[in-house]
Amino acid sequence: MRDIELRRREFLLASAAVGGGLVLGFYIPFTGAPIAAAVEPPELQPNAWLKIDEDGRVTITVAKSEMGQGVWTSMPMLIAEELDADWSLVRPQQSAVAPVYNHTVYGTMVTGGSTSVSSSWEQLRTVGAAARQMLIAAAARAWEVPVSECRTEAGVVVHQASGRKLGYGKLSTAAAREPVPAAVTLKDPKDFRLIGQSLARFDSPAKIRGTAIFGIDVQLPGLLVAVVARPPVFGGKVKSFKADQAKKISGVKTVVEIPSGVAVVAADFYSAQLGREALSIEWDLGPEPQLSSAGLQQEYRELGRQAGTVVRQDGDLESALKQAAQTLAAEYEVPYLAHAPMEPLNCTVELGTNACEIWTGSQFQTVDRDAAARAAGLKPEQVTFNTTFLGGGFGRRANPASDFVVEAVHVAKAAKAPVKTIWTREDDIRGGWYRPLWYSRLDGGLDAAGRPVAWRHRIVGQSIMRGTPFEASIAATGFDGTSVEGAMDLPYTIHNLAVDLHSPVHTVPVQWWRSVGHSHTGFVVESFIDELAHAAGQDPYLYRQGLLTKHPRHLGVLERVAAMAGWQQPPAKGRGRGLAVHKSFGSYVAQAAEVSVDDKGRITVHRVFCAVDCGRVVNPDTIAAQMESGIIFGLSAALFGAITLKDGRVQQDNFDGYPVVRIDDSPPIEVQIIESSEKPSGVGEPGVPPVAAAVGNAVFAATGARLRQLPMTPERVLAALQKG
Amino acid sequence: MLTIHVNGQSHQLDVAPDTPLLWVLREHLQLVGTKFGCGQALCGACTVHVDGEATRSCVTPVKSVVGKKVVTIEGLSGELMGSLEAAWVAEEVPQCGYCQPGQVMAAAALLVQTPKPTDAEIDNGMSGNICRCGTYPRIRRAIHRAARERNRGRSS
Repeated sequence: MRDIELRRREFLLASAAVGGGLVLGFYIPFTGAPIAAAVEPPELQPNAWLKIDEDGRVTITVAKSEMGQGVWTSMPMLIAEELDADWSLVRPQQSAVAPVYNHTVYGTMVTGGSTSVSSSWEQLRTVGAAARQMLIAAAARAWEVPVSECRTEAGVVVHQASGRKLGYGKLSTAAAREPVPAAVTLKDPKDFRLIGQSLARFDSPAKIRGTAIFGIDVQLPGLLVAVVARPPVFGGKVKSFKADQAKKISGVKTVVEIPSGVAVVAADFYSAQLGREALSIEWDLGPEPQLSSAGLQQEYRELGRQAGTVVRQDGDLESALKQAAQTLAAEYEVPYLAHAPMEPLNCTVELGTNACEIWTGSQFQTVDRDAAARAAGLKPEQVTFNTTFLGGGFGRRANPASDFVVEAVHVAKAAKAPVKTIWTREDDIRGGWYRPLWYSRLDGGLDAAGRPVAWRHRIVGQSIMRGTPFEASIAATGFDGTSVEGAMDLPYTIHNLAVDLHSPVHTVPVQWWRSVGHSHTGFVVESFIDELAHAAGQDPYLYRQGLLTKHPRHLGVLERVAAMAGWQQPPAKGRGRGLAVHKSFGSYVAQAAEVSVDDKGRITVHRVFCAVDCGRVVNPDTIAAQMESGIIFGLSAALFGAITLKDGRVQQDNFDGYPVVRIDDSPPIEVQIIESSEKPSGVGEPGVPPVAAAVGNAVFAATGARLRQLPMTPERVLAALQKG
Repeated sequence: MLTIHVNGQSHQLDVAPDTPLLWVLREHLQLVGTKFGCGQALCGACTVHVDGEATRSCVTPVKSVVGKKVVTIEGLSGELMGSLEAAWVAEEVPQCGYCQPGQVMAAAALLVQTPKPTDAEIDNGMSGNICRCGTYPRIRRAIHRAARERNRGRSS
């Protein structure tokens, strides 16, 4: 058991709900005004976490965005556990945007960084525990017995001695009159009834039947639909346009210029799309009309020959490299990647003189609301922001410029009507905000026994933090930490270790993409350590194991996955096995892949094993699902994904040019979770980083071909086979 | 004016005959369970049944379904939907959930044609449906589960 004192600036507030019941909020006053002044009528209260109706139903507010990661279930589990709720009576409800729902670390309403459970772990359990103590107090008062003689079981307060019981529903109105406790006692984890169970997701039935409402499904009376013609080159803008042909199309209502392009507003999507095709636009192609991936790669390789900003320096790298018995050098490259969530971006805006209402799937509500207010010429409090289900996020719906929200506000403003702006898949794939293109140059040195004594990692790629509200983090350290995460914290014992960084600036907008910097560093460092192991003539599993003796949690997952994969037994004939271990978002993940390569250079991934240590487990099936999801997302990048530029234009535009893993490419995946009493850590992203390296290492084991570029296309495999 | 038959009901519509069925369903009939994903028949999110065949509604002009029977996720019912829904819940398939109505429609068409599909038959029948959350291993399990339940129901 743990006692938690409520911090000075945070207050739990209780009030009777309309028609009876208990509403419990967790209010963070900004003015220091007395609490009583902050209490609003319950129906207006923006700070409720929890509502217990007189019939016993428990409604729990979810302040995170449900984009598949299971927060609609895991967040209620945290409150319900400490409340000792009857789970069958619990239902989730999406929160509004209000300070009380801000991320406990980031300070605005955000769903990202694989932090939903870790950042809510104490907060939400405290809410549940406070409500439980108030229900007990109300029961004790009714029975005229000491509180200490009462306990709870699922949804019921029990008086031990007399055997009397009162349900939470019956107690709820009385409980609202009890003082909110100044301190709460949290359960001993051994007493958890819900946390640690694979409870069924609340959102599944509606998602299966097609009744779940995503942003694109929002309907309003008189709602128009817009599609936007955006510049064909990043950094471009509209020079002039002719809309006469577009306006002739039946259904097209108006054509308006907005800062991001030209919007065709119509009664329906098809008319809007036909209208856009009929536009004639002259574009100003901006400062980089000739930008190409080949040119960028050339530039980055050249930068890689010069020292960059030092982000880590242990020992004396240059001398260690000179004295090494054996040295290795390698260049790794990965391309721009689009998030390509299944639901194309969209945003619905209804704008009045003094008010604006927005419906969209967002991971970034506070930033989006404030940006919408600026675009609309309103105050943030005049904007009502409704979060729908997200048809995938992967980072794209946490846009630092709120691009798809701000654009939709401009469209509604110019069209003077409620409008839903819809992106086509082509708009999404060509729309930028990509995972950056990265170049890595590695130099390794081994001693006579094959142990690594020197490791230099030089990284070149655009900063995703530059120009965002988080730019201050760069000023603090002198570099963008997200560019080098997973590389600067290399866990292997290597005494002479240096990591440096170049952050060239280009017009291509870049952004966090599921697992952020780890999406490239996981591949690079876990491939190069494999290269060192083979150069040393040692088993890549045992080699890693010997270098991780100071990192028990890395070792734990590595050893588990080796056991799962049967590492000591050789794989079936014609197959190769590779593994990788990587820490990200506080969690440790090791994966082993079994692959074969055919004579045309095509890779088949037969099986993937995964061991994860993410601290204390809230919902095991959700964790397994997120590992599977991360592995398949990472496999799409490993095998297929590339956004490339030529003459300033993106060369892909749909799932034909930008293929992703389909069911027939998808291997069986086995996941095991390491038991742990550590604080919970992330699961949405940590499944992604190791898989490309595990596959690449397996290809090497199967064929002797080392793949240092993603995606691992048949052409690259064949080229590496000829070289190897 | 066009008349189309959706989920057992006739609808008279004043739409351009080339309008994709997807947008007629979503915008005129408010059947928003059928999703827009790619507009090019590449992802399967818009899958409906036209005379029982799994069909990509995003590239199907509405005029081409006149006189045919269209079934959307909202209209899929009975024993087949019951077993698919139960299997999808039991295997905890959905994550973001956006592609799932299309996956269920494709799975329904598969099970009608192939009541006891092998893994390879599932891969073949479902490879037109993309899931960015990567729920494929669970989709495979859920289809096997639904097939088992349906075959058990028949033999008893």
